[in-house]
Amino acid sequence: MARRLLTGWGRTQPAVADVVDVLDHRGAAAAVTSAGDRGALARGLGRSYGDAAQNSGGLVVRLAASASDVVVDVERAVATVPGAESIDALLRLLVPLGFFVPVTPGTRFVTIGAAIASDIHGKNHHVDGSFGSHVKSLDLLLADGSTVTVGPEQSPQLFWATVGGMGLTGIVLSATIRLIPIETSKMSVDTDRVPDLDSLLALMTEGDDDYRYSVAWIDLLAKGRHLGRSVLTRGDHACRGQFKEREDPLTYGPRQLVTVPALIPPSGVLSHPAVAAFNELWYRKAPSHRVQEEQSIATFFHPLDGIGSWNRLYGARGMVQYQFVVPMDRDDVLRQVVQLVSARRVATFLAILKRFGPGNQAPLSFPMPGWTLTLDVSSAVPGLSSLFAELDSLVLDAGGRHYFAKDACLGPLAAKRGYPRLAEWQATRQAADPHGRWQSDLARRLQLLG
Amino acid sequence: MQNAFGEPQQVLLLGGTSDIGLAIVRAFDKSTLRRVVLACRDIAKGEVQAAALRDRCDVDVVEFHGEATDGHQAFVDAIDGDIDVAIVAFAELGDAAVSSADAVAAAHLCVIDFAAAVSATVAVGNRMRAQGHGAIVVLSSVAGERVREANPVYGGAKAGLDGFAQGYGDLVAADGVHVMVVRPGFVHSQMTNGMKPAPFATTPVEVAKIVVAGLANRRRIVWAPKVLRPVFSALRHVPGPLWRRLPLQ
Repeated sequence: MARRLLTGWGRTQPAVADVVDVLDHRGAAAAVTSAGDRGALARGLGRSYGDAAQNSGGLVVRLAASASDVVVDVERAVATVPGAESIDALLRLLVPLGFFVPVTPGTRFVTIGAAIASDIHGKNHHVDGSFGSHVKSLDLLLADGSTVTVGPEQSPQLFWATVGGMGLTGIVLSATIRLIPIETSKMSVDTDRVPDLDSLLALMTEGDDDYRYSVAWIDLLAKGRHLGRSVLTRGDHACRGQFKEREDPLTYGPRQLVTVPALIPPSGVLSHPAVAAFNELWYRKAPSHRVQEEQSIATFFHPLDGIGSWNRLYGARGMVQYQFVVPMDRDDVLRQVVQLVSARRVATFLAILKRFGPGNQAPLSFPMPGWTLTLDVSSAVPGLSSLFAELDSLVLDAGGRHYFAKDACLGPLAAKRGYPRLAEWQATRQAADPHGRWQSDLARRLQLLG
Repeated sequence: MQNAFGEPQQVLLLGGTSDIGLAIVRAFDKSTLRRVVLACRDIAKGEVQAAALRDRCDVDVVEFHGEATDGHQAFVDAIDGDIDVAIVAFAELGDAAVSSADAVAAAHLCVIDFAAAVSATVAVGNRMRAQGHGAIVVLSSVAGERVREANPVYGGAKAGLDGFAQGYGDLVAADGVHVMVVRPGFVHSQMTNGMKPAPFATTPVEVAKIVVAGLANRRRIVWAPKVLRPVFSALRHVPGPLWRRLPLQ
């Protein structure tokens, strides 16, 4: 056990916790039952942006993962995976066997436990839903040190409270998940350069359902008639024989190309002119319309994973990622947000728009049918806090909400308004953990535990 | 918990009627702030300030005596919930002519401006080290940067507090606690009422802006106004005979 200063991926809210590395469920149970009054929390790979994987003054449990513990049922296309296993390791195992994970976020450095706890979504949400919808069952370590198996059929209440429950119901020791069969490790990608936001929304509304994966990058620095100009990429796993095959069609070996050094100026390197130049280049280099381009899994799904520690580019102050969803018929709010951010000249290096499909039963699951916009901004940008407060009201008034895995800014009221089933979740959680052993800084900040 | 911008949910203001302290509380984001604890010697005066703050958040007024250092730890430990930011703002300027001529008055000033401030900082620091996060704003003064003959006891006490807070801040940083030393120049406030303003005089609101920005940036030392930093780095090296002739005294 070691006292360590932890932050999220955004590097904004450092806090100290006792970090304990455990090998198995017995070690985790021993750690959790010994936790003091600031409780315990599991931490995976630290990719949530804010304080979701922090438990200041308390215990932070990290489970060891071993890829040899993954069991793949090729017949049924399911796998039983340790909670601490990463999507990275899992893909290295699954892709050569002809399978893909049901959902992957923009990084493959996420554990299966975290994928469930955040109920992560990916570019296929409009077709396949979020991660929790593909879990058949999971083994959960409870606050009293015992283990229970839950699933959509078995103890569904606790199962759905764990999906999207931000680790506050227990530790996911292992999970059985459905897999997507694939023929090749290549992606077939269609790209469209879109001149403005209205055209983008129209294009996505009309055509998204023809693709398994769809996402748009928006240049939030563009103004006037270029407001919301974007690059839309959509695709699916390539079929056998679709592209010229030089090697085994299921070869998969993503590499990290470079790592950002620790010595970056405190203010970061993503200044307004730098971001503006990047956005211009990114937009211009995209083809106006291209179909069936061959791309690797890493290029299509995890482009930023090619650059190690890219979060350092934002300097010592770190960055915040702001992600919200508004219902499908409230694209007016989406427009307002894009206008506001563009008008304030806030340098957003990455702005991603995705059209969600239906949500699932989990009370704290983020996705709902609608538009989700994600922006990365340096937290040193002046006036950002008040800009976000403005955006918060727009989003919440429209019946939208924010994604806990990204959040570093909200208060308790925003959580309550965005998640009207919070009280129901709290009751299930309370029954599973009456002494409040599972705690996190996110839970403290948003008063999630009630 | 503080959010990504260092904006607190619960603030402890030690010296609950301090103009600068209250200005800092007002400068924090209203939507984030949930509770402020005003620790005051005079409850009645504290209640007046509390009434003016209640449109922003919950306010509790609690009796606190700086010189009663025996009770500091218990006082801090009795506060419910995480203390995100504590402001050590209580101080007395005293009458310089009295404090530099009367041994009892001199010692009293040292107790309030140095010993009690150190004790309160340690008490809050212990609490924050246990909770693994938090920020302590210690109000020092440029008077301690180079102590002048005009007010040697106050200046000396602030010099001591400033030095302590820097070293203590380095000590507790590894426990997630951020100590920020604030060095204001002449500030128009109750404490300086009726005094002739020094050059670069500022206001509590201006000091508060610098404090809030400093917290967000996790700065160890801030000056208010900022120009005092280069001014004092020059003044610090002025030879004694010249220093004593400067019209600052």
